[in-house]
Amino acid sequence: MHGSSDVSLQLTDIAVHYGAVRALDGVSLGISQGEAVAVLGPNGAGKSTVLKAIMGLAPVVAGEVHWRGRRLEAETHEIVREGICFVPQGRRVFTHLSIEENLEMGCLYLGDESEKRRRLESVLDLFPILYDKRRDLASQMSGGQQQMLAIGRGLMGAPDLLLLDEPTLGLAPIVVGEVFAKVREISNRVDTTIMIVEHNIKGVLEIVDRAYVLDKGRIVHEGTPESIRETNILTDVFLGRIQPDEEGGGRTDGA
Amino acid sequence: MSHLAQAIRELGDSGPLRRMPRANLERIATVLVLGWAVGFMLWQGAGFTITLTTIFAIWAILAVSLNLVVGFTGLLSVGHIGFFGIGAYTMAILASDASYDRLRTESIPTPDWPFFAALPVCIAIAGLVALGVGVVFNRFRDDIFVLVSFGFAIIAFSFFLNLRELTRGAFGIHEIPRPAFGSWVLDGEIEFLIFALICLALVVLICWLIVTSSFGRVLTAIREDEEAIAVFGYRVTHFKLAVWVLSAMMAGLAGALLASWTSFIDPNSFILLESMLLIAIVILGGLATIWGSLLGAMAFVLLEEGMRFLPFLPPEFVGQARQVVLGVLLVLLMLFRPQGLVGRYKL
Repeated sequence: MHGSSDVSLQLTDIAVHYGAVRALDGVSLGISQGEAVAVLGPNGAGKSTVLKAIMGLAPVVAGEVHWRGRRLEAETHEIVREGICFVPQGRRVFTHLSIEENLEMGCLYLGDESEKRRRLESVLDLFPILYDKRRDLASQMSGGQQQMLAIGRGLMGAPDLLLLDEPTLGLAPIVVGEVFAKVREISNRVDTTIMIVEHNIKGVLEIVDRAYVLDKGRIVHEGTPESIRETNILTDVFLGRIQPDEEGGGRTDGA
Repeated sequence: MSHLAQAIRELGDSGPLRRMPRANLERIATVLVLGWAVGFMLWQGAGFTITLTTIFAIWAILAVSLNLVVGFTGLLSVGHIGFFGIGAYTMAILASDASYDRLRTESIPTPDWPFFAALPVCIAIAGLVALGVGVVFNRFRDDIFVLVSFGFAIIAFSFFLNLRELTRGAFGIHEIPRPAFGSWVLDGEIEFLIFALICLALVVLICWLIVTSSFGRVLTAIREDEEAIAVFGYRVTHFKLAVWVLSAMMAGLAGALLASWTSFIDPNSFILLESMLLIAIVILGGLATIWGSLLGAMAFVLLEEGMRFLPFLPPEFVGQARQVVLGVLLVLLMLFRPQGLVGRYKL
């Protein structure tokens, strides 16, 4: 468990079951204000489910989520208003809306038009490529541009915590680098806390402060990027060498 | 035969109609339908023109309101005719002439309300029923939603037919009054037409305000990806329920107009087939376009009424032929222009 005193999000013994499938089984993790944290692991480890559990989109059967010291039990629309935004896997931009309209969807519930305009300008400033094409339909953009749009749309909610689910999925290697650079920039420039689920381990370890390694619904390692690179934990997890024990799942700390 | 099927498939996949830009086709369709309407009306004279345009106004209210649900929000409802019937029956029950009913053996009490007192109740009851039904339907999506809306249309028809104490069943309800402002009754066809067109204009205005607002943008987003919009803090079920109720209220208005215009209704006006024709109009005009629904309704009315004048078609077969032609038209549209005449989306 993350032991810092300024923890802004804390998951304690979270269990998510889809019928007989135990997607998460006693997951505990924490993230501090301003941190960028990655959740790594092979397919089916439960990485995306962690984000969905935070957002109220997965059936949590046990455990607690605390956000800024308060227990988070709300529905998704209330969680968004608490300052947490989720950018789902697969970009999922609205192709029949323009780029500007897509961005506005990120905070359409705001009554304050001037605040909406301010956020729009701020996001377009962060993503110049979106500014140039803001009147175009989202369907006319490349995959990488759509991913930028998806992240930008998430930022329109001015989140304190941004949850990114596989933001580089299906993108060309050169675009992957651009997306990671932008995530790093958001973390530094906008001071948004970021939790990122990612398959591209090499790339993501370059931009995060810490990482959790997940296997079969349990956290098996927690540490800094350096500590993860020094161990064989990822190789073991991806080759199926880890056998989580009954208590604690064989979790190791490398912080 | 396989060559023919192959040729049709290729024509459908890459045909000029499918590839034609929306703006071009919109212009062509508008000129063709309006030209057809003007020609037909000049040929048939003023009296027929007034009748035809009144039918158009009622169907257009139905089509535009259904397009809010089917086209803009992506909920393929085949139960819209139920709300149309609720509006019509509410008007008939509240406003039909009580003295006329006393002459009937199966007499039912009627409050004998004036048209404008009954009209808001027609709209409100259609909305209330939609609210109750919508709370349940909100749990369903895609194919299941189609099936449950189908079930609603059947249930509504069964009520109209079997709740005889209220609806007089298959006998229908007579002597439904026309709108009246004090002593000025809109008895004349031209007066009623103007009133119906004002109602249509109001419905179009409301729909336009909805679809161009941020509410409308959320509907478009729901149509595209309901789950994606939910993670941005939108309560999708509330938006779907709101548009469903609004659309039903407009259908209730159309039903009230029909009842008043024809002065008689029976359950046959609200059978499931009418719902399918309505869907055909919306698809013909195009999904998620108000102008398309107006064009689709006009084309439908012209086709329906125009078939009466085909010399080789006996009058008793006009009804059936209408269904066949619309069925064939629907198949051709799916093959060559699945987004309809001026639609933004495919079904």
